[in-house]
Amino acid sequence: MIPALRRYARGLVHDAVAADDLVQDCLERVISHWHRRRNDDARTWVFAILHNLAVNRLRQAARRGQHVAIEEIADDLMAHPPTQEDDLARADVVSAIQQLSEEQHSVLLLVAVEDLSYAQVAEVLAIPVGTVMSRLSRARERLRQILESPARDARPGSHLRRVK
Amino acid sequence: MTDRPITEDDLHAYVDGRLDAARSEEVSAYLDKHPDVANRFGSYSVQRTLLQGAFDPVAGEPVPSRLNLNHMIATRRQNRVSSWRFLAAAVVLLFAGGSGGWYMHDMMVPPTEGVAALAREASDSFATYAGDRTRPVELRADNMVELVGWATERIGRKPVLPDLSKSGYRLMGGRVVSTPHGAGLMLMYDNDHGTRLVMLTRPMAVDQTRTMTPHSQGKVDGWAWASNGMGYSLVGSLPSEALHPLADDIRRQVQGEA
Repeated sequence: MIPALRRYARGLVHDAVAADDLVQDCLERVISHWHRRRNDDARTWVFAILHNLAVNRLRQAARRGQHVAIEEIADDLMAHPPTQEDDLARADVVSAIQQLSEEQHSVLLLVAVEDLSYAQVAEVLAIPVGTVMSRLSRARERLRQILESPARDARPGSHLRRVK
Repeated sequence: MTDRPITEDDLHAYVDGRLDAARSEEVSAYLDKHPDVANRFGSYSVQRTLLQGAFDPVAGEPVPSRLNLNHMIATRRQNRVSSWRFLAAAVVLLFAGGSGGWYMHDMMVPPTEGVAALAREASDSFATYAGDRTRPVELRADNMVELVGWATERIGRKPVLPDLSKSGYRLMGGRVVSTPHGAGLMLMYDNDHGTRLVMLTRPMAVDQTRTMTPHSQGKVDGWAWASNGMGYSLVGSLPSEALHPLADDIRRQVQGEA
C-alpha cells in the first residue's frame, strides 16, 4: 500500500519531499493507532489518516501564505521533463487539477488515480456518497473547462505555448 | 434492457468502470444516441487516463528508506513499546494493494506471544539481574516462604521452587518481575564458580502446553516450555547443551509437584 500512499500524497502536495513527510507521519500513526481502528477496511482507514494529515498541512501552508507557482508545480510533479505529446498533456492536466478546490482535487485523485470505489471515497473523506458524486461531477467539469479553455494556449508559460 | 433512466452517476460510474455488464451496455447505447453527453464524458475519460499516466510513475519509484517499515519498527523496538500491533499494521501496509510485499521476507518482528515471548522475557531478566552484584534478588533463599507467598499473590498460582543442588546450582532467591503479559516470578541460581542462571515462570494465555525448545538471544541461551498453563524458561550464559539437562530436571520437578 505504501507506493499508493506516496502517489496520493504527491498528487495532493506538490513537493516530493513534503509528500513523503506526510506518508511517514501517516505510517507512524497507523502503527501507533492500530489498536484504535474501528473501520473494517484497513485501506480506507489508512487513506483517511493520510488525507487528514495532508489537508492540515495544506491549510497550515495556506495560512502562512506559502504560494507555489502552478508552472513550478507541474514541473516538480513530472518525473521527467515533458518531451512527448502525451507527457505534455499529462503536465497540463497536473497543473490544471491544482486549480480545483481541495475538495474536488482529492475526490478526483481517489476515484481516478487510486481507483477507490465511491463508497470507499465516502469513507476516506467522511462524507455521504451523494456528496462524493456531486464533487466528482463538479471536479470533472471544471477540469474540462480549464483544459479546453481557448485562453489556455495563449497563457504565458503554458506547456502548449512552450513547444511552439 | 430496463427502462431505468440513465443518471449522471451512471455515466461517471461508466467512466470509472464501476457498472455491471448489463448496465454498462445500456449506458453505452444511451451515449450513442446523445453525442453531446458522449463528448463530455469522453473528455472525463481522457482526464482519468492522463491523471493515471501522470501519477502512476510515483508508485513505481523505489520506496525511500525512511518509509521502510523495517527501520520504523526497529526504531520503535528501541523504545520498548509493545509490538504485537506492528506486525498487524505491517502486514496490511505491505500486502494490501498488492505491492511492496517483498519487504516481508526479511522483516524481523520480535515474538510477542507464547513461549517465544516468554523466552525473550527470561533473557531480558537475565540481562538485567544476573550481572547485578548489589541486589540480584529481592528476597533471598533463606526467605523462601515469603518468596512463595509473594509470588503466589502476584501471579495467581503457587510456584514450585526447583532444586538444582544435584547439579551444583544453589537457589539464590528471586523476585517478582514485570513482563508484557503480567507479573512473573524470576528465580536465580549460582554455582561455586559464580555462574548464574535465571528461571522465569509466569501464567500463559497463549501456548498453555508446549514442548521444550531452545532459544538464544545474544550470548544468552535458554530452554523454554509450557505445561498446564504455566510457562518456564531457564536461561544462562552457558552453551545450550549444558543448560538442557538442568531444564529437563526443572520440568520433572515441576510436573512431580503438580
